[in-house]
Amino acid sequence: MKKSLTGFAVLAGFLAVAWPLHAKTLNLAYDADPVSLDIHEQLSGGTLQLSHMVCDPLIRWNQELGFDPRVASSWERLDETTVRFHLRQGVKFHSGREMTAEDVKFTFDRLKASEDFKGIFVNFSDAVVVDDHTVDLVTINPYPLVEHTATYIFPLDREFFSGNDERGRDKAEIVKHGDSFASTNISCTGPYTVSSREQGVKVVFDRFADYWDTDSPGNVNQIIFTPIKEGPTRVAALLSGDIDFAAPIPPADLNRIDSSEKVDLVTMSGTRIITFQLNQKRKPELADARVRLAIVHAINNAGIVEKIMKNFGTAAAQQSPKGYLGYNASLQPRFDLEKARALMAEAGHADGFSVTMMAPNNRYVNDAKIAEAVAGMLAKINIQVDLTTMPKAQYWPKFDERAADIMMIGWHSDTEDSANFTEFLAMTPDEETGYGQYNSGNYSNSEVDRLVLDSAKETDPAMRAVMLQRVEQILHDEAAFVPLHWQDRAWAARKGVHIDQVVNVMNFPYLGDLVMD
Amino acid sequence: MLAFLIRRLGQALVVMLVISFLSFSIQDELGDPLRELVGQSVSEETREKLRDEMGLNDPFLVQYWRFLGNAVRGDLGTSYFFKRPALEVILGKLPATIDLVIAATFWILLFSIPVGVFAAIRPDHWFSRVAMGLSILGISIPVFLTAIFLIYLFAVELGWLPSYGRGDTRMLFGGWETSLLTRDGLRHIFLPSISLASVILPLFVRMIRSEMMEVLEAEYIKFAWAKGLRKRRIWMLHAFKNTLLPVITVGGVQLGIMVAYTILTETVFQWPGMGFMFLEAIHRVDTPLIVAYLIVVGLIFVVTNTVVDIIYGLVNPMVNITGQRNEP
Repeated sequence: MKKSLTGFAVLAGFLAVAWPLHAKTLNLAYDADPVSLDIHEQLSGGTLQLSHMVCDPLIRWNQELGFDPRVASSWERLDETTVRFHLRQGVKFHSGREMTAEDVKFTFDRLKASEDFKGIFVNFSDAVVVDDHTVDLVTINPYPLVEHTATYIFPLDREFFSGNDERGRDKAEIVKHGDSFASTNISCTGPYTVSSREQGVKVVFDRFADYWDTDSPGNVNQIIFTPIKEGPTRVAALLSGDIDFAAPIPPADLNRIDSSEKVDLVTMSGTRIITFQLNQKRKPELADARVRLAIVHAINNAGIVEKIMKNFGTAAAQQSPKGYLGYNASLQPRFDLEKARALMAEAGHADGFSVTMMAPNNRYVNDAKIAEAVAGMLAKINIQVDLTTMPKAQYWPKFDERAADIMMIGWHSDTEDSANFTEFLAMTPDEETGYGQYNSGNYSNSEVDRLVLDSAKETDPAMRAVMLQRVEQILHDEAAFVPLHWQDRAWAARKGVHIDQVVNVMNFPYLGDLVMD
Repeated sequence: MLAFLIRRLGQALVVMLVISFLSFSIQDELGDPLRELVGQSVSEETREKLRDEMGLNDPFLVQYWRFLGNAVRGDLGTSYFFKRPALEVILGKLPATIDLVIAATFWILLFSIPVGVFAAIRPDHWFSRVAMGLSILGISIPVFLTAIFLIYLFAVELGWLPSYGRGDTRMLFGGWETSLLTRDGLRHIFLPSISLASVILPLFVRMIRSEMMEVLEAEYIKFAWAKGLRKRRIWMLHAFKNTLLPVITVGGVQLGIMVAYTILTETVFQWPGMGFMFLEAIHRVDTPLIVAYLIVVGLIFVVTNTVVDIIYGLVNPMVNITGQRNEP
């Protein structure tokens, strides 16, 4: 009897070891699936999530906002404008070909031709192939964000995308609207291949047998990805066990998930800043810095985070989240109603005035509720707010028109760098250069402009930090905009799916490294 | 009969023309499709260029005329998101929606007739009172609330049924993927079909009840009682059959309305049908798909109404749908 029990134990132990190698299927649900398999077609979270599953970048962000080598094993700066990347040997594409520096160059050129991605590569002049496994990225001016940008280079299979397909289309062509070869076919170096895809319904990924990263702890063989748009449905699917890993988690469900014994919740302070912009052109009163300061002092953003966001966010006093180079630790939220009233009186507006305000109602977490709360807070300093909220599809055209005196905008820096916030949100709007494209407040300060432009050529991180923190200080002192909070991020998974190791603040979980019990 | 069908076809064309014009004229209010197609940091200049390429900057009538020209050839435009012809996308999603409607209709027929008839015959019975009370509740509770409640009860708490999706499907007639023929598919369709039925079923119960009560008061029923016919024969043959006439008319219209309710049901259950697709299309400002969906649904309405009229003619010989005069 004892012997047979031992035998059973051995068998069970054997199964426990052998089983994971064969069938580990992860049922995954995000709120949306990528619009295309062409990873250069649209710059969006969905595309980058896909990129990290099917491809590998030269280098990638880690949880501490540092860089980890991927298909580039090391890199070094040669001079002010050149950074050399050494590629790994034996990295295989899904087609079976070995990756070389030519593929990196092909990918770089394609990125520079992509409408969505070329903005990120605007400071780069060329990718120079030195030998099969060495490539130099050359910038036009000295540029500090070469590594940041290299996280966007996921080498594509040059030969797979060369020539024409059976319908006579150039395989490498990027088509924004309509059908292209690349939008439904991909060969890359990542941990998974796409084995079937029904757009908007289901994508099945299978582990790539010849994946180069044999050190990866990842043991998931198959991922069945279902986009579940509705938050409550996604959460219900997770709690009922139909889904193993779900994101994002709506704040209303955080408590229930956290207290559930079946699932684990992982949250992280986010990097998307939510702000209101105060239009100085439309509303002359807002051109007075004292009025803008009064508004910032009247808004209890810590209260918004606590009551509306259910602590699912961090109250902000600047654009840069902690960990970014420009994060200025001395800046703190400054809710003070007395001071706000005094400032209004000083500016000659003790009796207040009325403004129009617009906000989306399905873009950011609780966006419409936040706008309502802010409108209520401004009433306390006699600013009467006429608020309109609308779905994002209608909101963005309104935002482009600058259709209200106060408009909401959230921003995440594509480069994970502080300067990007200011370039888009606070620099003097300039149609030629594209700076200030989302600066609906028309805030303009030549010192800020100069500091940001200079920081783009400064390769010494310490010097850049001084410049960018100075920018945050000025924007804070002049109340260039109303900072509200950084939205947190949340993921949840069935117990035994160790997502805490693979999620990151950029929200592209590295599923290749995911371990399931 | 042929003349009737041809006339209906003509009406259908007019309906679809009007729908296409209306949906075309509101598309500017839906938002800017470019926003969904490109990333947030793409310059306005680039967006303008793309808009030009896609013909979105042309005057309204030019765009509409181009659309009509293509529509005549069966091309309702190409979906921005799916990158395939809009009609093809919709037809691909149609089986899932029809499965759902069939399953919901099954529940409705299964419960509405016995409950409605019983409540008419025995209005004071406790069961009738409870059924009537529940039907009021059923009509008043929005379908998405019912759906979420069902999900939490049967999927999350009890864990009996899956919470979303369609499950396994089986190919039928070479192109029709149905989930009604697999065990897994039936498990998946259970909750969505009940949610969808929950709005229409109470209406049917009440309608059958009130129509039947009215018929029971009619002279010929009293005469039948006086003649000493058996209860069952009076109820089922004389009363119930005459109750069905108005029920068929309203039922046909309700079938169309059910298609509208699939939008909510499918969204909550992540059911990959065309209602869910439509709501997504609105979020993405996928205008070609929105326009094509509205036209297809318009067609469905016209077709169901036509079928109802034909059935009505068959059931009630007094009605002559072809409009021909009966010579005395």
